[in-house]
Amino acid sequence: MNKNIKFVQGNEAVAEAAMYAGLSFFAGYPITPSTEIAEILAKRLPANRGKFIQMEDEIASLCAIIGASLTGHKVMTATSGPGFSLMQEALGYAVMTEIPCVIVNVMRGGPSTGIPTHGSQADVNQARWGTHGDHAIIALTASTHQDIFEVTVTAFNLAETYRTPVILLFDEVVGHMRERLIIPEKGELPLVERLRTSVKEGVDYHPYLPREDGRLPMSDFGGVHRYNVTGLYHDMWGFPSSEPRVVHGLIRHLVDKLENRVNKLARYKEFYMEDAQIVLISYGSAARSALHVVTNRRLRGVRLGLLELQTLWPFPSEIIREKCAGARAVIVVEHNMGQVMQSVKMAVEHPDSIFLANRIDGTFITPTDIQNILRLIQGKGV
Amino acid sequence: MSNKTYLRERFFPHLWCPGCGHGIVLSGLLRAVEQLGLSKNDLVMVSGIGCSARISGYVDFHTLHTIHGRALAFATGVKISRPELKLIVPMGDGDALAIGGNHFIHAARRNIDITAIVMNNRIYGMTGGQFSPLSGPGINASTAPYANIDPAFDVVELAKAAGATFVARTTVYHVKQITDFIKQAVVHRGFAVVEILTQCPTHFGRKNKEGSAVDMLKRYQETTTPIGSKAKQDNPDLIERGIFVQKEAPEYCDQYDLVIERATGGQ
Repeated sequence: MNKNIKFVQGNEAVAEAAMYAGLSFFAGYPITPSTEIAEILAKRLPANRGKFIQMEDEIASLCAIIGASLTGHKVMTATSGPGFSLMQEALGYAVMTEIPCVIVNVMRGGPSTGIPTHGSQADVNQARWGTHGDHAIIALTASTHQDIFEVTVTAFNLAETYRTPVILLFDEVVGHMRERLIIPEKGELPLVERLRTSVKEGVDYHPYLPREDGRLPMSDFGGVHRYNVTGLYHDMWGFPSSEPRVVHGLIRHLVDKLENRVNKLARYKEFYMEDAQIVLISYGSAARSALHVVTNRRLRGVRLGLLELQTLWPFPSEIIREKCAGARAVIVVEHNMGQVMQSVKMAVEHPDSIFLANRIDGTFITPTDIQNILRLIQGKGV
Repeated sequence: MSNKTYLRERFFPHLWCPGCGHGIVLSGLLRAVEQLGLSKNDLVMVSGIGCSARISGYVDFHTLHTIHGRALAFATGVKISRPELKLIVPMGDGDALAIGGNHFIHAARRNIDITAIVMNNRIYGMTGGQFSPLSGPGINASTAPYANIDPAFDVVELAKAAGATFVARTTVYHVKQITDFIKQAVVHRGFAVVEILTQCPTHFGRKNKEGSAVDMLKRYQETTTPIGSKAKQDNPDLIERGIFVQKEAPEYCDQYDLVIERATGGQ
């Protein structure tokens, strides 16, 4: 019997995966429904000689992990809606200064205090555009605990590879639901370590001069290279600059390093997609009901398929266009008023054939809800 | 000594106005660093937003110029993750105690080994002269055109109450004291606050008819007095200078080492 089998909450899967990925610093603030992540790491980190700190608010939490990342640690914070709103300015700072960090948002119903103990997927667009200014961002999600584990490890890998904050958009349902998780053996999942500069002491180090492949080798604070980090537009030394050439170059770099790799960054799963006439697109907890419908209908000969998204940003438009090209209709299944549906409509050739199956009442979307929409599209009536 | 040893000449000219007191703070700070014989590689300066916050760009340390009010939160992350580094956090009065007030009291409460320097010119200079939580009633500011009604914080009392274990105050007129206090603050193990009154002739001075930068400097000589002086007894309106608190208390990073010891069972 595999001794690595656990029966855990999704939030525990996140914490376990973060430890697996090499997390050594976490700062957070209690908030439902993400608190278990902080609680578990408060126990696990010091036992592994890592550091956990409970800060005075979510703003300070994100600021603290950015500071710790600069000294060479793999870092994470976890929060939920209101806390994620508070983090938006510091999130933009991490984007601008290209400091690797992972931010978990276990989504609950909003706006405002909303419905803290119930599920929602309504922060998808906030993850994309919550902080001010043009920028690019990576946001990932998953629907099962095994996938949560793998996606969380991936988040750390992408943060280190591209020197960017990575947002994990889970939701209350998967966060609190318990199911089986098999912790992979060490080495089973690849881990990316930070690219550090090979520039020797005394030689001019350019912390913000990208290599040809777009990557920026880092030097830890406390090391031999002393440099400036600022949220202002900055030159290759990290010095503030308002020179149009520098400003233009930096914003293009920040956006292009992710947007030019949309397909490479796209994680998704396909179920019965080969000959699907109707495609369901879903993600996170909603994808569990969608998968149930697809599996069930297939038994009755309905050519239904499911495209489950794990990368929400940058949005995999090209892949969605290709996968949906042969479909008569596409139903986006999500716990919000159509945030991903809007992106899907912009991606496909026939936006009129895109439909929404959703719930916005704090309860979980059921297979019956989805089947009702399906029947309407098929002209069968509910 | 030569200040140039610690400055990034590539970064100059600086953006401070003629007559600004911030350069005196910078100079006093660099003398302190030199006299302590600190390695530049061991120093991290974290700052927020404002005229004062730009000081971090000019010094040849590891420097982190962050977002408004949050410098101490970033510094907390740096310090806990690399406790052997020395953290210096210069802040303006608005940066430290309006938008950053929460982080200020919590850093003090934790007694984390960080030196916070509050460069208090009682005004928001960079945005053009709005009142701050240290301006006080009766002050004219661009957002208090009929004179300010907001009472002011007393940085020393606030820091003491919040748990800071080293608290001092001086002014840019008293240059040697700046170096002396910063030296003691940096050496002190715990959260240290040094308030330095510094003039902003451009915004505070003009709006409040305080004359030239030199006039404002001289006024620091006239309106301040050493702690417990006879002058203070005679004139309670005088502002006291000196070291108000200097005590030992458990430091946060040291305490966290004990947490690790408990969590690992001393393994």
